Amino acid sequence: MKYKDYYKILGVERTAGADAIKKAYRRLAHKFHPDISKEKNAKEAFQEIGEAYETLKDPEKRAAYDELGSFRPGQDFRPPPEWGEAHGEGRGVFDDMDLADLFASLSGGRHRGHAHGGAFPIPGQDFEVAAQITLEQAARGTEFEVNLAVPEAGADGFMRRVPRTFTARIAKGAAEGQRLRLPGKGGKGLNGGRDGDLYLIIHLLPHPLFRASGHDLYIDLPLAPWEAALGATVEVPTLHGPVHLKVQPGTRSGQKLRLARRGLPNPREGIGDLYAVVQIVLPAELSEQERELLRQMKAQSTFDPRSHFTETAA
Amino acid sequence: MNIEITEGLWLDEFGELSLAEMEAWSGLTEAELQQLVECDALSPVTTIEPAAGRSISAPRFSAQCLVLARAASRLRDDFDLDANGLAVALRLLDRIRELEAELHHARAQRPR
Repeated sequence: MKYKDYYKILGVERTAGADAIKKAYRRLAHKFHPDISKEKNAKEAFQEIGEAYETLKDPEKRAAYDELGSFRPGQDFRPPPEWGEAHGEGRGVFDDMDLADLFASLSGGRHRGHAHGGAFPIPGQDFEVAAQITLEQAARGTEFEVNLAVPEAGADGFMRRVPRTFTARIAKGAAEGQRLRLPGKGGKGLNGGRDGDLYLIIHLLPHPLFRASGHDLYIDLPLAPWEAALGATVEVPTLHGPVHLKVQPGTRSGQKLRLARRGLPNPREGIGDLYAVVQIVLPAELSEQERELLRQMKAQSTFDPRSHFTETAA
Repeated sequence: MNIEITEGLWLDEFGELSLAEMEAWSGLTEAELQQLVECDALSPVTTIEPAAGRSISAPRFSAQCLVLARAASRLRDDFDLDANGLAVALRLLDRIRELEAELHHARAQRPR
């Protein structure tokens, strides 16, 4: 079993009082709580902080933790053999447990007693897992493999992490941030408590061409100045293959040209749209002939793109 | 190792949940959910008038509300928030999510 230094995790001395421990937990919870934190590793950090606090806030658990002794974080150690024997189990009982499982099992016999004794029902743990999928997968629907380590009470009454693998079907039309609830796919309930649920949080991976907003898609549409000025028919990629888009003469930069029903499917409201956002671009290098044509245009045009400056100032 | 294919429920504006489902799935009590409704921190899609002999109405919620209710349940447990603190936190969280959605939409429209 790997040792975790719960005092170090909370940033307190081993002699810290209950108030200092609570204060340290609160401070760290404000920083790392996944519902309010923007830290990258918030979920993992808060899990560790919660685990440490769960043990150190309870005088019985804290005394048991202190009894383990002090090791380096991550160092292998064995709980005193009499802990297993006290529960009528052999020396190997702790072999496939981690520290959190150990204290969940030993905390006043809470889980163990319930697993065997039939006290009040305890619901299983809910899990939230990020499902990163591509836009193409979101458009077509996909399957996502979920691997969880779910705490379950074994026949010996001790809690252990049990690997669970299953495939979740994500129907077509998933959008960024949407959540899919998979009932009963979390931790096992105890004493008739309901099994926990799994929540998949959809994250769309960045696409080299398209940007999604809800079920609508956006793509940059670079146009040469003469295409924007004179109009053109251009090929635009979509998730289902290229289409031809007619660009009206006098199209301006930043204009959004809508391609109806070329976005992501929305299972409840049809299909989103694709918007081509016009960008008027110049060649990286101009030939002498191109320069000459532009000079001629400059000489003959009365167009003043900044006329509104003087109109506003006046 | 058990491999199975499983279907789920989208927590979006189209799904609808009863008060009992919200209670069972969020971890909040019926009283806490009612308080959040009274503070406008959770908005039910429909409110059924109390049936004869029942003291409370039975609101139905958009499935999206479950996401907020679950966050409320976690914040209550992890920060010992009371109903008022919870309502304020939820309204702020909801506002942040709205702003993040607007920001995401604006970024999607902005050329790279």
